[in-house]
Amino acid sequence: MTRGRLVRASLLVAASAAGACAPSGAPSVLDPRGVGARRIEGLWWLMFWISVVVFAVVVAFLAVAYVRGHRKQTRLSEARWGGPFVVVSGIVAPSLILAGVFVVSLNDMMALSTPPQEPGLTIDIIGHDWWWEARYQGSGAVTANEIHIPTGESVRLRLTTDDVIHSFWVPQLQAKTDLIPGQVNSMWLQADEAGRYRGQCAEFCGLQHANMIFYVIADEPGKFESWLANEASEAAEPAASGAARGESVFLQSSCAGCHAVRGTEADSDLGPDLTHLARRETIASGVLDNTRSELARWIIDPQSAKPGAIMPPTELSSADLDALLDYLEGLK
Amino acid sequence: MATLEHSVPRTAGGLLEWFTSVDHKKIGILYLSSALVFFVLSGILALVMRSELAQPGLQLVDRQTYAQLFTMHGTGMMFFFGTPMVIGLANYFVPLHIGAPDVAFPRLNAFAFWLTLAGAVMAFAGFLTATGAAAFGWTAYAPLSGDAYSPGTGADLWIIGVALSGVAGVLAAVNLLATIFGMRAPGMSMLRMSIFNWNIVVTSILIAFSFPALTVALALLWADRNLGSSFFEPAGGGDPVLYQHLFWFFGHPEVYILILPFFGIVTEIIPVFSRKPVFGYKGFVFATLLIGAYSFSVWAHHMFTTGAVDGPFFSATSMLIAVPTGIKFFNWIGTMWGGKIRFQTPMLFCAGFLFMFLMGGITGVFLASPPLDYFVHDTYYVVAHLHYVLFGGSVFAMFAGLYYWIPKMSGRMLSEGLGKLHFVLLLVGMNAAFFPMHQLGIDGMQRRIPDYPASFGYAQENLVSTAGAFLIALAVLVFFINLFVSLRRGPLAGDDPWGGYTLEWATTSPPPHHNFHRLPPIRSARPVFDERRENAQAGPEGGSP
Repeated sequence: MTRGRLVRASLLVAASAAGACAPSGAPSVLDPRGVGARRIEGLWWLMFWISVVVFAVVVAFLAVAYVRGHRKQTRLSEARWGGPFVVVSGIVAPSLILAGVFVVSLNDMMALSTPPQEPGLTIDIIGHDWWWEARYQGSGAVTANEIHIPTGESVRLRLTTDDVIHSFWVPQLQAKTDLIPGQVNSMWLQADEAGRYRGQCAEFCGLQHANMIFYVIADEPGKFESWLANEASEAAEPAASGAARGESVFLQSSCAGCHAVRGTEADSDLGPDLTHLARRETIASGVLDNTRSELARWIIDPQSAKPGAIMPPTELSSADLDALLDYLEGLK
Repeated sequence: MATLEHSVPRTAGGLLEWFTSVDHKKIGILYLSSALVFFVLSGILALVMRSELAQPGLQLVDRQTYAQLFTMHGTGMMFFFGTPMVIGLANYFVPLHIGAPDVAFPRLNAFAFWLTLAGAVMAFAGFLTATGAAAFGWTAYAPLSGDAYSPGTGADLWIIGVALSGVAGVLAAVNLLATIFGMRAPGMSMLRMSIFNWNIVVTSILIAFSFPALTVALALLWADRNLGSSFFEPAGGGDPVLYQHLFWFFGHPEVYILILPFFGIVTEIIPVFSRKPVFGYKGFVFATLLIGAYSFSVWAHHMFTTGAVDGPFFSATSMLIAVPTGIKFFNWIGTMWGGKIRFQTPMLFCAGFLFMFLMGGITGVFLASPPLDYFVHDTYYVVAHLHYVLFGGSVFAMFAGLYYWIPKMSGRMLSEGLGKLHFVLLLVGMNAAFFPMHQLGIDGMQRRIPDYPASFGYAQENLVSTAGAFLIALAVLVFFINLFVSLRRGPLAGDDPWGGYTLEWATTSPPPHHNFHRLPPIRSARPVFDERRENAQAGPEGGSP
């Protein structure tokens, strides 16, 4: 192998090892789908290649020192300050590289702090052990764990927490920002194209930290507007008799003590707002699919699906459970 | 030539001697032994974690146990392995390097060790309580670490245990500083001290000024938990970010506390095994002082995502600290350049250190860039980075130091063959365990989770990483076999098995109670080398044996 091919081969190995080929399905930082994350991708690769060169140069110095290190006679004294070698390679070169990297990252940092367009929509994101509440300012829409945004528009997020520190992170869209008690943080999101982007809590927040999952669902603006209008509306009266019985089960059992269904007497904000529960794809903060059987499991025995979750088990007769499920599945 | 006169004090003898001794060498060995015990314990916790992570899903432990595992792994490695290992090596070799008979305050020295051990045992005793050990991460961020979210005795034991070991660290640091400033042998000016000693000076200053911030943070946390105060509770006017400032004002200097002494060890070994003096002694000392000073100005780069710190300032200081580190790197290269290198086990571990630490240093510059940190903060990328620095860096250099110095401490050589096997296993294991974590972090896998989705392709990297962790365990096992066999049957080391430069090689192995029967004249940073050369020039008749 010639030296050139060797170098190219090793660079390729290094590049692929460090993320050039992200596995399919992973919410990789290097598979950006939004303005913010794309900036980071650029900065990442710039720093990656600088690092590869720096690493290669230093390793080359080390290799030469080792390979040539078999002198019979060695010097008795050495430069006390290190001389020009250390000044150039240890001070001047790193300072120049670091100054460049610093300026470029500062530029990207400024870019990340201001949205590309003035956001028309502000969403309050409230972290809870272990789920996410989203309140759309100005419309009254409240949802949980599935945050819809319009594509191609900057959206402002206002981040607060109800308990411990959490961190809001959608790797493919935007930088992460912490949710800190007693503090209001803000960030913006912008997705290029419609899609469902996985997000997660990044700051360890206790037992179910790994299961504090959420999704950002980006829709075309028209589709988003109709979603928002529906989400802002109150729950419809149950149509069928089974569902109507389910509503009274909901209001008379422990459900209504924690959950709100707008348009009914249930208005607690301890747990997720369920006004349009049936429109969500997942429940329990991304842990279960929103199907009838999973919903039943979650109501009867939440601790088996998500141990430590605040939701207590509920004892219901099978007829009551069926009616309740009919009701919940009708909350569209 | 000076002859040191001393009377041999009465000692208890036998096993009791180890509990009552105030001899810096015995206390040093106690520190090292206790540090190695907690290295193994914390390592076993890591093996359980890696086993759990080998596949998606929960197989071995539940979530609560997993949280205890990573909390106590980090706590054990940082507070009960790393710092005591540093203090133990300094305890044994600082007096030898400066030609002193002991440390300045021998009783305080013994007290500090037993306090450290008490703290370590107390924190780990959490595992014996009904609710288990602390489970809020080694950083113990408020309010998660408060009584509302972390009730249970394990958390309080953790706070008291870590605080005790922190206070003990300050006592040890003050003792080392007093020893170095007050007890150097005639002729041993500051600029003739070993680089190891210089690094211990800076490390001790870092300990003395940073650990009190930790003590304060833990005292306030304890008060919030047990006395109903609200230092970190916003409901009572407190601020959880204040805890992070206090913690990282300690926490980042702590990283340098865990790396500077090992820079020192590497800088002792590389010249001896290259048959050259250190290249750029003054530059090296200056760079160490700069790193020590800078290390107090970078703490908030751990807090970029809080939105409560000045990104550009802390980014600039964090990048700046790479410059003095770069100086050291080229000092090491310059020392080996044109040398006569012997690749015995201590030098092999130094070579491994140089590659691994270089890698950890470079990935660290990414984290100093706020926008990149916003993305990889709290992911496996950070876990990879910190293990390249603290495992690839500190632990490799520690093994270099142990292979280099155990012959001095025990009088017997370790096996070269087992040493090389240990090195190869550790190098392969370390890279298999930690390199894939870079990729995992970039792919969005966050830290401190016992489980991950099967569909993300994380499983492959995690499996490789777990295999690497078990290779590391095997390597460490080889080390202990080597240690056990060699302490009994290893060839005798003699006074100076490596052709050393510094004063520890001018006395017997192990040294007598008061260290030196006679000291060579000290006219440079390499008194033992100077004397050996003079003897060689004087010819076989003129030289002493």
